[in-house]
Amino acid sequence: MVKAEHRPYLLLSPALLSLALFLIAPIIFIFAYSFWLRADNGQDIPAFQFGNWQSVLGDSFYWLALRETFVTSAVTTLICILVGYPAAYFLARCRFNNKALLLFLLFLPFWISYIIRTFAWINVLGKNGFVNSVLMSLGLIDEPMKLLYNNFSVIMGLAYFLLPYMIINVYVSLDGIDRNLESAARTLGCTPWQTFREVTLPLSLPGLGAGSLLCFVLAAGSFVTPRLLGGTDTLFYSEQIYDVVIGQLDWPTGSVLSLILLMSLAIVVAVYNRFMSLSDIYRSFAK
Amino acid sequence: MSGAGEASERHGLGWNALRLVTLCVYIFMFAPIIVVILLAFNSSRSGSFPMEGFSLQWFVKLSENQSIVDAFKTSLVLAVTSSLLATLIGVMAALALIRYSFRGKAVINNVLSLPLLMPEVVLGVALLMFLKFLSMPRSFLVLLVGHTVLSLPYVVLVVQARLIGLRQHYEEAALSLGANRLQTFTAITLPLIAPAVIGGFLFAATLSFDNITATLFWKKPGIETVPTKIFAMLRTSISPEINALGAVMIVITIALPLIGGFMIRRLSRVR
Repeated sequence: MVKAEHRPYLLLSPALLSLALFLIAPIIFIFAYSFWLRADNGQDIPAFQFGNWQSVLGDSFYWLALRETFVTSAVTTLICILVGYPAAYFLARCRFNNKALLLFLLFLPFWISYIIRTFAWINVLGKNGFVNSVLMSLGLIDEPMKLLYNNFSVIMGLAYFLLPYMIINVYVSLDGIDRNLESAARTLGCTPWQTFREVTLPLSLPGLGAGSLLCFVLAAGSFVTPRLLGGTDTLFYSEQIYDVVIGQLDWPTGSVLSLILLMSLAIVVAVYNRFMSLSDIYRSFAK
Repeated sequence: MSGAGEASERHGLGWNALRLVTLCVYIFMFAPIIVVILLAFNSSRSGSFPMEGFSLQWFVKLSENQSIVDAFKTSLVLAVTSSLLATLIGVMAALALIRYSFRGKAVINNVLSLPLLMPEVVLGVALLMFLKFLSMPRSFLVLLVGHTVLSLPYVVLVVQARLIGLRQHYEEAALSLGANRLQTFTAITLPLIAPAVIGGFLFAATLSFDNITATLFWKKPGIETVPTKIFAMLRTSISPEINALGAVMIVITIALPLIGGFMIRRLSRVR
């Protein structure tokens, strides 16, 4: 018979063991690997030297890629806020009998394969795509616009897959607000806009924060969307990692790049955690 | 209070603007999917607009494409096995986290949620290099292990959420009536959390079936799952066949959660 105080650890051990072996150990391993020496014959020799770090940190191209990734992710997050907040507000406050159905519909595309939702945008934005052929047949434009394979299409694709994350987080937060507080503000003479600004918006900030962090982190880590929808001017950090590791088989450099991406996102998460609670985010995944 | 003031807000200009934005969001969410389904039935061989006529030929071609059928099999086996593993491990972990208090719980909770915010590319690179170092080449096993780790936190979260809402009286009653721990679990706890277990399993299966980024790093050259197959096909150009495959996948992935949701509702109604 197992002792009672050992029981939780026993139940947890398969989960912790698999995470330790297949998640934590690999991260520690690439940290060690980032100091290895890449010999001229392409062999990687265990070593402790900073050559890989120096060459990556000294390369302005990688800094540019990191900046571009963060700027694109920030723009995407901003768009998700500007579009997602009003929609979440409407969904939280509307009086449809079938609100559950509305929410369900919003999440239906969520279940559809990510790669299909991404390449769908090629059909929409491409040269012979939906938007161009509709505009051309209406006579609004004479020749197809270049909507695809640039930063615009990347942002569309990212916003498409991230918007539901934003909406559900804001929705849950708005839904939990005690409506009496808003009524009280109105009774005390606030205009509807003042009520929103002074009461509703501040109370919904946790949801807005959680949604924004999720959007930003998931956008900055994305690989398939920029790869499929991006063009020659698109620079995404994860694409660099993929090219270095799978294309050039340069593992020491790939380790350094992976760790830089991981650490810069960890800083974003840490700054967020300083002001808001991370557990809200984890919980939002379960919804 | 839902007085007159609130009612008037619902008719104002602002409210109509909100309604319009929400409508646009729904169009935005569904338009690309509808376009894919539409183009799957287009008889044109360019795979794009204009629509030239109705045709089922791309679906026929799809079913004759052996490499796609193989990819479907790989994806299916991978999704079922990895989510079975993740569910087994995840339910145990969730039980420990909700039903017991012990030292280090907060830390363990955070560790279990770690894969959620970590970029998949980094996970992909790290596990690939680590297993290669251990002389474990890219294979189905790597995919199985990787997908299990990726979906584990979701199972834990879903089952935890259900366990929190479940009062312990039933389990205590069973125990005091002489059932042992295992009997209590199989006869009381498991049936009560069954909807969450099935939900977690389906969630994990969908995640695995859907996964592409990490899979690109872990798969053996030559082995394809459905998403990596589509990814490879897209390298050349968008063909009508891809749209047909997309349409099939859309129907499957929408049907699965619908069935899952229906089953959960049925099961929870019985209780």
